[in-house]
Amino acid sequence: MSRHLISIDDLDRPGIERILDLARSFAEVSGREIKKVPALKGRTIVNLFYEASTRTSSSFELAAKRLSADVVSIRSAGSSVDKGESLKDTVQTLSAYDPAAIVIRSPWAGAAQQITGWTDAAVVNAGDGKHEHPTQALLDVFTLTQALGSLEGLNIWIVGDVMHSRVARSDILAFQRMGATVTVCGPPTLIPRQIEALGCSAQDTMANLHEADVVYVLRMQHERMHDSYVPTLREYAQRYQVNLPRLREGQLVMHPGPVNRGVEMSGDAIDSASSLIGAQVKSGVAVRMAVLYELLVGAPVLQAVA
Amino acid sequence: MAAEKLFHRPARPAELLIRQVHVLDPRSGIDAPHDVLIRDGQIAELGEPGALTGDSIPPTTPEIEAAGKHLFPAFVDPHVHLRTPGQEYKENIETGTTAAAVGGFCQLIAMPNTSPTIDQVSVLKALTATATEQAVVPTGFLASITIALQGSELTEMAALSDTGALGFTDDGRPVVSAGMLRKALQYQRLAGGVIALHEEDPALSGEGVMHEGAVSARLGVAGIPSISESTFVARDAAIARFEDARVHFQHLSCVESVEALAAARAAGARVSGEATPHHLTLTDEDVLGLDSNFKMNPPLRSESDRQAVIEGLRTGVLECIATDHAPHARHEKEMPFEQAPMGTTGLETSFMAVYTTLVKPGVLPLSLVIERMTAGGALYGLPIPRIATGEAANVVLVDLEREWVVGEGGYASRSQNCCFHGRRLSGVVELTVAAGSVVFASRGAGITTLTEVS
Repeated sequence: MSRHLISIDDLDRPGIERILDLARSFAEVSGREIKKVPALKGRTIVNLFYEASTRTSSSFELAAKRLSADVVSIRSAGSSVDKGESLKDTVQTLSAYDPAAIVIRSPWAGAAQQITGWTDAAVVNAGDGKHEHPTQALLDVFTLTQALGSLEGLNIWIVGDVMHSRVARSDILAFQRMGATVTVCGPPTLIPRQIEALGCSAQDTMANLHEADVVYVLRMQHERMHDSYVPTLREYAQRYQVNLPRLREGQLVMHPGPVNRGVEMSGDAIDSASSLIGAQVKSGVAVRMAVLYELLVGAPVLQAVA
Repeated sequence: MAAEKLFHRPARPAELLIRQVHVLDPRSGIDAPHDVLIRDGQIAELGEPGALTGDSIPPTTPEIEAAGKHLFPAFVDPHVHLRTPGQEYKENIETGTTAAAVGGFCQLIAMPNTSPTIDQVSVLKALTATATEQAVVPTGFLASITIALQGSELTEMAALSDTGALGFTDDGRPVVSAGMLRKALQYQRLAGGVIALHEEDPALSGEGVMHEGAVSARLGVAGIPSISESTFVARDAAIARFEDARVHFQHLSCVESVEALAAARAAGARVSGEATPHHLTLTDEDVLGLDSNFKMNPPLRSESDRQAVIEGLRTGVLECIATDHAPHARHEKEMPFEQAPMGTTGLETSFMAVYTTLVKPGVLPLSLVIERMTAGGALYGLPIPRIATGEAANVVLVDLEREWVVGEGGYASRSQNCCFHGRRLSGVVELTVAAGSVVFASRGAGITTLTEVS
């Protein structure tokens, strides 16, 4: 793995598998009474979040703490970012603290890649605009591996607002890299033109949903209705909601959260035995521990620096 | 209108003998080694190599031994942003025209989307006065079609034309209202001048910041579809034809636009079009790294679009190459791609990028590229630079064999946002003569008595 984690494209299949192996051992740590290992003791990790986030920011913070790192978490509200400081100035200022890693969430595609030029720290992309969210995809792969053993040969459908979803893009790449076949499905207004260039196929209707082994549901945001991507959320739900009548026995359901109950997923589907949503959240900490460990301890380049 | 609508600071007329140089001027039908004597800023004699000797050449005349190098008519760029007035931190008349001299240009046409906009006689007068003091290369100006580029009120086009405007454009923005454009085209009969259009339907562009296609799908970055440009080209060509108006389409970037322009021309519309070096040589694949130097409007499009622009240039549907030189300060471009301003500089790399990417591999003939590099001013009624006895000296000396890395030695432009930054290009401009004066000479040019020239 390279020095940073910006995109799923930074990882080949053995790289992903190494992180999954690490995550398995860290999941074991998370099951202990004392959930802490000294791997990153004395090192600093900065979480720089330019967007609201609950799951990602809390799990990165917990992951760093369970690795014994010192953690500084900065949110744009109330910080110098709010006062008009440029991304470059903020990153250079924080880099003066000599952090081992900067975890960045930004509303802008490419921001994580861009700051690698302005800091010596390893950079972890915690979501850049609608571009990528690689640690989400890794925890999704981890969750599926825990549930099914492997993704090889799986048929995975990603349903909903693919256009505005960084999760969808990272998942399409990661699922395929691990041997799965991916179909995206949603209203034609929300499926990007030429999405097939990523290797997946695209469907406008749920007619063939039964083909899926796994149904990955994306969040449908209310503002899409106001921008006329869909006429109403009611019509969206009628056509694309993942609910028990649409699911067949044995299909697994996933969602990156937060879920709009009754819109993209029905309540009974969320709470059903086939739902992996809870397992996804649980995987988040272990997988992010694995990513930080791999970047800061595993990589030979950084060993030389450290 | 013509040369009196070009403004530049006075400079000493060149005295120069260029020996053994390969002269290529497609319009004059010259493509062979010559000795070229420039006296008092004019091309005084063109002779066989070694033929120019004796009494006609004063002994103090500086000489360049240029065997193996090429002399072309100097280039013309009908589309540059010199950022004056108001945005001199990006570029000013002197730095922008110096960049042009370095790139081999002898005529520029500057866009009016400055701060304030060139939408009043007083602003244009002040600008031409500045150019008369600072412009290294003769520069003409377009005024805006509508006040402050707002698309709602026409400028005093006739008065602006009388003050020196070569034409009108709201470049950077489209004229969204078909009714407003129609009035401007009707009024053109009174005001004269070419109306140049940046074509883009904002309803289709939306929040887009790059070409809509496979790469934008991969990046999750909002796309600008090709039809955003081409539907406006088709619409405005139809209005131009209806009013028998003279319209120039700026920086066309896609298959559908080239087709729309060709169809309108075939139907008798008085329309022309330009191609930029970046749309001729780069595609949206170059945007994959989200480097903001590749963010421009219109965006870099697909490979099939690039091929269509190349074909348009070859067939003459697109008459000229124009850089759309659009400097931005470093801090403005050092932003995440979606937030950075649109634009690339181009004056220092225009010919070399096209030569390296299209001429060297044999895609386009050199003579055609030289013709297109020099055609942009004539579309606005400016004289075409030619290499012929008695013509004002507007020439560029280029060593096509030498290579260089863009940006390695810095830029003459005040800004560095060049989409070719870091690329190895063939072709080094060694000397530029514009309006009879040496405006640029590199150390490598080997002028024996350069200090006496400048």
